[in-house]
Amino acid sequence: MSTLLAVDTLTRRFGGLVAVNAVTLDLRRGEVHAVIGTNGAGKSTLINMLSGEISASDGRISLDGEDITQRAQFRRALAGVGRSYQRTTIFPEFTVLENCRLAAQAATPRPWAIWQSSKQCATSNAAARESLAAAGLDAVADRIAGTLSHGAKRQLEVAMCLATNPRVLLLDEPLAGMGAEETERMLGLLANLKASHAILLVEHDMDAVFRIADRITVMVNGTVIATGDPASIRTNPEVRTAYLGEDH
Amino acid sequence: MQRISHFIPLLCALALAVLGPMLSPYMSDLVVKVMILSIFALSLELLVGMTGLVSLGHAAFYGIGAYATVLGSGKDGGSIAVLLPLAMGSAAAYALVVGALSLRTRGVYFIMVTLAFAQMAFFVFHDTALGGGSDGIYMYIRPVLGALDMENRRVQFYFVLAALAGTYGFLALIRRSRFGAALAGIRVNEQRMRAAGFPVYGYKLAAFVIAGALAGLAGFLVASRDGVVNPELLAWHNSGEVLLMIILGGLGHLRGAVIGAVAFTLLKELLSTHAIVGPLADHWQLTLGLAIIAFVALLPKGIIGIASRISPKGAA
Amino acid sequence: MDFGTFLVQCLNSVQYGLLLFLVASGLTLIFGIMGVINLAHGSFYMLGAYMAFALSPLFGDQFIVMLVAGVVLAALFGYVLEWAFFSYLYQRDHLQQVLMTYGLILVFEELRSILIGNDVHGVKAPPWLEGSFALGDLMSYPWYRLFASAACVVLAIALYYVVNRTRLGMMIRAGASNRDMVRGLGIDIRRLYRIVFAAGVALAALAGMIAAPMSSVYPGMGASVLIICFVVVVIGGIGSITGALVASLLVGFVDTFGKVFFAELSGMGVYVLMAIVLIWRPEGLMGRKV
Repeated sequence: MSTLLAVDTLTRRFGGLVAVNAVTLDLRRGEVHAVIGTNGAGKSTLINMLSGEISASDGRISLDGEDITQRAQFRRALAGVGRSYQRTTIFPEFTVLENCRLAAQAATPRPWAIWQSSKQCATSNAAARESLAAAGLDAVADRIAGTLSHGAKRQLEVAMCLATNPRVLLLDEPLAGMGAEETERMLGLLANLKASHAILLVEHDMDAVFRIADRITVMVNGTVIATGDPASIRTNPEVRTAYLGEDH
Repeated sequence: MQRISHFIPLLCALALAVLGPMLSPYMSDLVVKVMILSIFALSLELLVGMTGLVSLGHAAFYGIGAYATVLGSGKDGGSIAVLLPLAMGSAAAYALVVGALSLRTRGVYFIMVTLAFAQMAFFVFHDTALGGGSDGIYMYIRPVLGALDMENRRVQFYFVLAALAGTYGFLALIRRSRFGAALAGIRVNEQRMRAAGFPVYGYKLAAFVIAGALAGLAGFLVASRDGVVNPELLAWHNSGEVLLMIILGGLGHLRGAVIGAVAFTLLKELLSTHAIVGPLADHWQLTLGLAIIAFVALLPKGIIGIASRISPKGAA
Repeated sequence: MDFGTFLVQCLNSVQYGLLLFLVASGLTLIFGIMGVINLAHGSFYMLGAYMAFALSPLFGDQFIVMLVAGVVLAALFGYVLEWAFFSYLYQRDHLQQVLMTYGLILVFEELRSILIGNDVHGVKAPPWLEGSFALGDLMSYPWYRLFASAACVVLAIALYYVVNRTRLGMMIRAGASNRDMVRGLGIDIRRLYRIVFAAGVALAALAGMIAAPMSSVYPGMGASVLIICFVVVVIGGIGSITGALVASLLVGFVDTFGKVFFAELSGMGVYVLMAIVLIWRPEGLMGRKV
């Protein structure tokens, strides 16, 4: 299993506060690597640093050996890092297909060729249909995205990630607000995607995490306290203290 | 229904072309004025309606285009082939500088910064010798190109009409293209666009510069028509009014920009005509201000919004 | 430039900057807390100046009393205006706010034109502030300008005190950083907004009143101060009063010394300063990174 994304002592400070403290982890193709932690553990800051939304104060991020720590977000996306958001960032007024096609168009060459119609762009249409198929959304391709159910919208969120043909997927709470059936569908989707991608999964739904993850990293107050396979994490004494010691 | 609506702008253009010679000099002048304002409004529609960038300083590019035309003419007049690109190029150059700096900000900051940069340009022309001061400058000889002489009212009419049709067609093309789709995506959700791999800043800057260039085109036309330019062309009232026009017509539609330009011009005329509003005509600023407030409050979708409320299957 | 001239220009810079601060603080407060961009803010400054012109004959020597009366009137006006008009703007997007407040400017300008006319007026400083005092051997400085600076300093301190040491100020600061949370805390948000708005109007009007004897009273004064205030807010950072203070003083110095060294293009200095800030720190000197 090849390491696609390597994170080395990544740190982020906000003034005096250390939100992410020397986090080291890696994402391998064929694997779902979940990051869990209590609220305020630094998970959002971490994923924002990986996708490029905020810069790192210290540390290194490498994509397939290449240092991308200083790279702008859109360049990372073009290099193969896809990101889904906790708050759905689809385009509600466009159709499902248009959503994916637009995302796919990021990679098409010659954006200045204005005589070419966006609707008829063969490459982006093909890429869009592929990702919709992978996400199981082909049936609703022509529906207005805003009219989809919450679960379907989250699936579209993931599908739009796929439209740019990424190698690494950074998924920020894809299961947020989902019922049992929708969760099953999403987990099935992730299981399918696992084979060809390296997936980072930030999630709160513990059952889902322990079912789908191949490795789990636990963060508390910005620091990694444990990394390992689900079984060892479940029995790790520090993890238990962190979770059971804090009453919600 | 959709197909027909695509042809309406074309039909209007043809109608104007045919009716042109039949119009009285007063009407012809008014129509030319409205057509030039339509080009100005269309250029802002690219920024506000298509890309979601609310600029309150668009008059700067309009004025710069106009001044470039006059300053480039000198005592012997000039060729359209030289002055038109000069006007658009100057406007585009300033748009590049302003855009590069302003687009580092967002939302309210962006509005304020664009206003500030336009005011800076206003001061350059108002306070320095370059712009001939607050009185402005006269153009001795209008631009010519071979047999075409902008002094000739007929030539003016058809040139402006062609420019309007060209601008409209160009923007329609952009709208339909991948570039336009990207701008629409940026308008709706910038974050998603960045995450997908679009260089959002670059796209916005491109839209800003193109919009500036088109405003410069309108500036060239207004200078050619009036034969005189003054700093008021860059005044922020002008920026506010053109913004109003596109809201009035209906944001998000190219037709809206044209409809808005027509409607706003008519509204101003109406409010300052004694025959219609009596003594209020002397205080048209008051009635205009109240009309603006009422309109924006009650009809945020503009005139096109009214139309689509009446017929639910109205074209988008 | 000899030291005397330099000192005078410094004093002028500070005085201009402090006056700008009064206006800009209102603008940045209103935007920071209510999220409303108000193009008509300059009109409140103009309102103050014209009030000074109208009230000055009535109050004669009682300048301070007139200022207080003006502030009270302006605050009342602001309170009513918020209730009647601005409270409807909070839910609207920036574009609509821009256009509606633009319409409001037109209304104010025309009302002023109808009620007072379009002439330029002078307002005399009160007798006890007339004249200048000696500054070194060759220079003198007008008492009134010193008074203006002093008044602004007093107000700035008062503003600092209210914002940082009172409960009202705490609500204001909370509201500036998290509007929804303040609502959630059960604070009567509508009254808070009304008070903040009235205060903003009063500050701008007071600035106009203080400025009247120095800059005369003319129709375009609202627009010019508004745009400079926008520049101040951009440089200082939205919602930050300290930022507004620093930026106002910076603008004061750049503008004043700019006029001395680069007469013709002096107006541009402020915009160049803004451009530099945009390159270096687009969120403003003390603004939060968005």
